[in-house]
Amino acid sequence: MERLLKFNDVFIKSNASVVGKMEKQGPLSEHYDICVEDEYFGQKTWEQAESEMVRRCINVLLGKCKYNQESVEFACGGDLLNQCVASSFGIKDMQIPFFGLYGACSTFAESNILAAALISAGFLQNGIAYANSHFCSAEKQYRFPLEYGGQRPPTSQYTVTGCGAFLLENQKTDIQVKDAVVGKIVDAGITDVNNMGAAMARAAASTIKRYFRLSDLKPKDFDVIATGDLGREGYELVCEELSDMQGFKDKFTDCGMLIYDYDKQDVHAGGSGCGCSAVVTSGYFVNQMKNNKIKNLLLVGTGALMNTNTVFQGQSISGIAHAIRFEAV
Amino acid sequence: MENSYIEYTKKRSKRSDCVRNCLRAFFVGGFVCIIGFAFKQLYVYFGVGDENASTFASISLIFIAGLLTGIGVFDKIGKFAGAGTLVPITGFANSVAAPAIENKSEGYVFGMASKMFVIAGPVIVFGLAASMIYGFIYWIYLML
Repeated sequence: MERLLKFNDVFIKSNASVVGKMEKQGPLSEHYDICVEDEYFGQKTWEQAESEMVRRCINVLLGKCKYNQESVEFACGGDLLNQCVASSFGIKDMQIPFFGLYGACSTFAESNILAAALISAGFLQNGIAYANSHFCSAEKQYRFPLEYGGQRPPTSQYTVTGCGAFLLENQKTDIQVKDAVVGKIVDAGITDVNNMGAAMARAAASTIKRYFRLSDLKPKDFDVIATGDLGREGYELVCEELSDMQGFKDKFTDCGMLIYDYDKQDVHAGGSGCGCSAVVTSGYFVNQMKNNKIKNLLLVGTGALMNTNTVFQGQSISGIAHAIRFEAV
Repeated sequence: MENSYIEYTKKRSKRSDCVRNCLRAFFVGGFVCIIGFAFKQLYVYFGVGDENASTFASISLIFIAGLLTGIGVFDKIGKFAGAGTLVPITGFANSVAAPAIENKSEGYVFGMASKMFVIAGPVIVFGLAASMIYGFIYWIYLML
């Protein structure tokens, strides 16, 4: 069954983003709340560093709207680490009712859709939606140790160190969460872990097509249509696949391409990770919406579904993409 | 349909610059060998026998690669040189030292020691297996 989820009265009360050094050196640095030069975030291990990043991000989020932990009814979030430890350990001392999620790099869109649905249905008045990733902990889990002297192909991507969060609420603010389409898993048969863009591009294109079929909107109704972390490779594949969609290409961009400077930073095809779409949306896009530079935003969070075992077993990498629309009101 | 997409993405994806990487690997790899040879000559000069001097030269290169890994320089050299530092004994030393450092946070037993050979392990296993096969063939050759 196919359905557009329409949310009643769900608004962004507060937004927060915490990033690392590489992201600070990127072109969007002025839009983040905190940039931390220390990759360890003052902790002893990469896993602790990522949790600390989450903790700081949630604190900034609550501080910005002068809420305390008791006034938040719910939180949902996720990350890339085994058993989602970074997102859960980061919030464990706050005593906020919590759902841990995994949608690979689409987690930010996923958590926002679920939080918005619960608020829209009237179960909750407010809730936090967040997602995070850390370059070092992701490398440790998925690839090689940091000090290993190897080379990467040009299609590989660089995991963003960052945590982005929204506090959604049923009271009116400047930005409304309007509607969403939940993604279907698309297996395009890609087995190359260094070409995640190609693995996710099919899913992104399929979700975008479904969104415009199910809603009354056209690409021209949007100021920005942004995918999560396709990178240059996946971006070009989506452009090719949707070349006959009128007015689409002018509005289409990708968070993984916006977050780094290709000329100055050695990031190959671009940024990736849960934190990528999270910090670009909660930092850059929300600022643009508050400054009336963007009115209508379609975020298409993209994720590649796999783990290191399935890759070595020769199983293909599936893609998933969730679309969610934000509107400045 | 699906196969054509896989083929298409393979075809269109940008490749690493093969000529540039080969040249870098050639010169850096050669330079590593020159350093190794210089060490060997040095040890011979100090009166170590020829065969022992080669072993000492290898040990010296392993030490330098381990040290450069520990202070966080080797990965930058390796990124530039590729096979130039990977193929000589420096690459092996780096592949053991790097995971040992990375996994120290899980303790000396379950972290450092158990993860030390995650990259180098296959090289050791198949290296030993190959040398056994070679030894067996050599033994038969001697019998003939």
